[in-house]
Amino acid sequence: MPAISFYFQVHQPFRLRKYSVFDIGMNSDYFDHKKNEEVANKVASKCYLPTNSLMLDLIRKFDGKFKIAYSISGTALEQFEMYNPRVLESFQELAKTGCVEMLDETYYHSLAFLYSKDEFKEQVQMHTKKIKELFGQKPQVFRNTELVYNNELAKFVENMGYKAVLAEGAEHVLGWKSPNFVYKPAGTKNIKLLLKNYKLADDVAFRFSSSNWEGYPLTADKYAAWLAANQGQTINLFMDYETFGEHQWADTGIFNFLENLPKEALKYPQLEFKTPSEVADSNQPAGELDIHNVISWADIERDLSAWTGNKMQQSAIQEVYSMEKEIKSRKDPVLLEAWRKLQTSDHFYYMCTKWFADGDVHKYFNPYDSPYDSYIAFMNVMSDLRKRMNLAPKRFSLFEKIKNFIRR
Amino acid sequence: MVKVLMFGWEFPPMNSGGLGTACYGITKSLAEKGVEVLFVMPQRPGDAVNDEEMRIIGVNTTVKIRKVDSMLAAYMTSESYKKALKGNASSIYGPTLFQEVKRFAEEAKKIAKEEDFDIIHAHDWMTYEAGLNAKKISKKPLVVHVHATELDRTGGNAVHQYVYDLERKGMTLADKVITVSNYTKNLVQKHYAIPKEKIEVVHNAVEINNNIAASKLTKKDKVVLFLGRITLQKGPDYFVKAAKRVLELDPDIKFIVAGHGDMEPKIIEEVAAQGIGDRVLFAGFLQGADIDKAYQLASLYVLPSVSEPFGITPLESLKNGTPVLVSRDSGVTEVLRNCLKVDFWDVDDMANKMYAALHYPALHEELKNNGVEEVKRITWGKSASKLLNIYQRVIAKT
Repeated sequence: MPAISFYFQVHQPFRLRKYSVFDIGMNSDYFDHKKNEEVANKVASKCYLPTNSLMLDLIRKFDGKFKIAYSISGTALEQFEMYNPRVLESFQELAKTGCVEMLDETYYHSLAFLYSKDEFKEQVQMHTKKIKELFGQKPQVFRNTELVYNNELAKFVENMGYKAVLAEGAEHVLGWKSPNFVYKPAGTKNIKLLLKNYKLADDVAFRFSSSNWEGYPLTADKYAAWLAANQGQTINLFMDYETFGEHQWADTGIFNFLENLPKEALKYPQLEFKTPSEVADSNQPAGELDIHNVISWADIERDLSAWTGNKMQQSAIQEVYSMEKEIKSRKDPVLLEAWRKLQTSDHFYYMCTKWFADGDVHKYFNPYDSPYDSYIAFMNVMSDLRKRMNLAPKRFSLFEKIKNFIRR
Repeated sequence: MVKVLMFGWEFPPMNSGGLGTACYGITKSLAEKGVEVLFVMPQRPGDAVNDEEMRIIGVNTTVKIRKVDSMLAAYMTSESYKKALKGNASSIYGPTLFQEVKRFAEEAKKIAKEEDFDIIHAHDWMTYEAGLNAKKISKKPLVVHVHATELDRTGGNAVHQYVYDLERKGMTLADKVITVSNYTKNLVQKHYAIPKEKIEVVHNAVEINNNIAASKLTKKDKVVLFLGRITLQKGPDYFVKAAKRVLELDPDIKFIVAGHGDMEPKIIEEVAAQGIGDRVLFAGFLQGADIDKAYQLASLYVLPSVSEPFGITPLESLKNGTPVLVSRDSGVTEVLRNCLKVDFWDVDDMANKMYAALHYPALHEELKNNGVEEVKRITWGKSASKLLNIYQRVIAKT
């Protein structure tokens, strides 16, 4: 009797300008406001607004039987506030229905967990605050950037109070196990692990409009039948919200599909829609899952190679996180905010040089002509940030001042 | 198997730059596929002429060479022809380039009568007339291979009308036009009024060499290389402007300009005027192993061309383990992804990218490693396969 649990990822990074070496020391405006606004509005009109409207209709029509969840990054929320408040309003309307669960993630959609636990915690707390402020919800379920996950993450967010954490149901860690069950992460006590059923989720997110796919064309009734044929506690359909209208354009019939899906699914008495929280609350773990090495939902490998696979990415990430202590000691909110916006995982994604099957996905929203160009812009920006940081005075707390005085 | 009468240049190339290299690469690969190539080339006095020789160019691969006594050479202009004629005045040669081209074309009639072949392949404008004569005599189809156009060479200014006319005549009357890039294909369509169905693209490539030297970026070597003809088309003036800009940020960088050309005096002057004379070395015309050494010595190779139909040199640089910065107005960017690209006129961006390649080791390393890998897949074998396919289709039509 599996539940269907939808969760949609909503994110936009602050993309960098083509920042040249000559801008260093001259120009502290790192971001391409024009581009960011353009993209925000484009995605709003193709995806956010029409899909939110459809979701709202479906929620109302099915009177509580249709439920979904979102995780919206802080950077996306800020951009909605700046460029398209209508989008924010539509998410707020959805939150008010009581059928929409908001999840937590790092505010800046970063890989901080891998590099600085302190920074990670701060970013998550910032996100919690923002969600409370905008949607009046306190998230109970956590998902890390790009579903980056391992046992250690589960333990850490359990200690922060979350009841469940999401991850990719990657074959290489599941083995023969099914993603349709709730699991207990190794080393934790109470937190529940919900795994994406990548086959069914990707059928919609990636294969929907592939005419040479054996499931094509995917209609709502066909898909509902597939869902009904599943065993287990839950079918976790985690995907990028831009599937609706952006990755899959309106003319593929994706909105039609979405519109008819609740109706078709609810024809089966064994199926029902649940939010991730509800799935966690109503199920006991079917077993323990020991995932020591980090996994993600990216590319074929489902690992970190999309962001850390080459030397440019590694040096860029190193550069960012090596500044943490110094930049925090300045206690300058402007510098801090800039530094944090530079942690967004997309910046490193743009530097990826894997050019084969997955390469095309990387290029789609890459604001640069090549990964090399994105690295050059990023490193030039880092140079400028470092310069500004070095010019800014360190601000010590009273205790630190006394300590330094005594040591003198 | 297919027999080709090919009008080409120096074999193997010593002085003829990209054109000679391309002819050699193509011919060798075709021969390796079993194509019988009769390679006709102009030969300066002093060398044996009108000898047919079988030249061995690989294992079990030979090419028949036929030399024609002529003053023609790759990349010649009316001016350079007159200069060359001074030392070799003889009543055989035409007094002007135009007339020498015609005379060479007459010689081609003789060859066409004597030899047996299925198709004619003419490389570069100076041989188109010869190709057309051979076609007339033999009734066999003609393929003209556009390695460059008068528009590339002159940037559209002061086009030599007779060259343009010959180029256009060759392209119009040939059975098929081959260009070395889509960039050139578009140019030919637009400016020579050739329908796009008649034009096919066969990208150039680079000889595979298994010993690629390890080029290390140390604090000491920050060397940027320009290697090519010092002429308008190649953008040496943009190179100098960018060099000046970069040196403002890092006075430690060194620049090498290798090559000769009509703009050389002007560039030397410009370098001095900019006050960077001590940072720029004019190495002159390099040949053979010296070319590879130059690439290996450099940390970055730059192709700042204003209009480059293909551009084999970036591939040669990568073959030697040195990453490249390439003008977007070049055909090679259609097949090479792992490089830095720039608009030749954007001097600040060129300087920005030069600086980055020299100062960010991770960037240098990734460009190098990925570029080296990519270049291994850009082979003359692939070009030759395409050509063979074109030959077969053209022959089948006639």
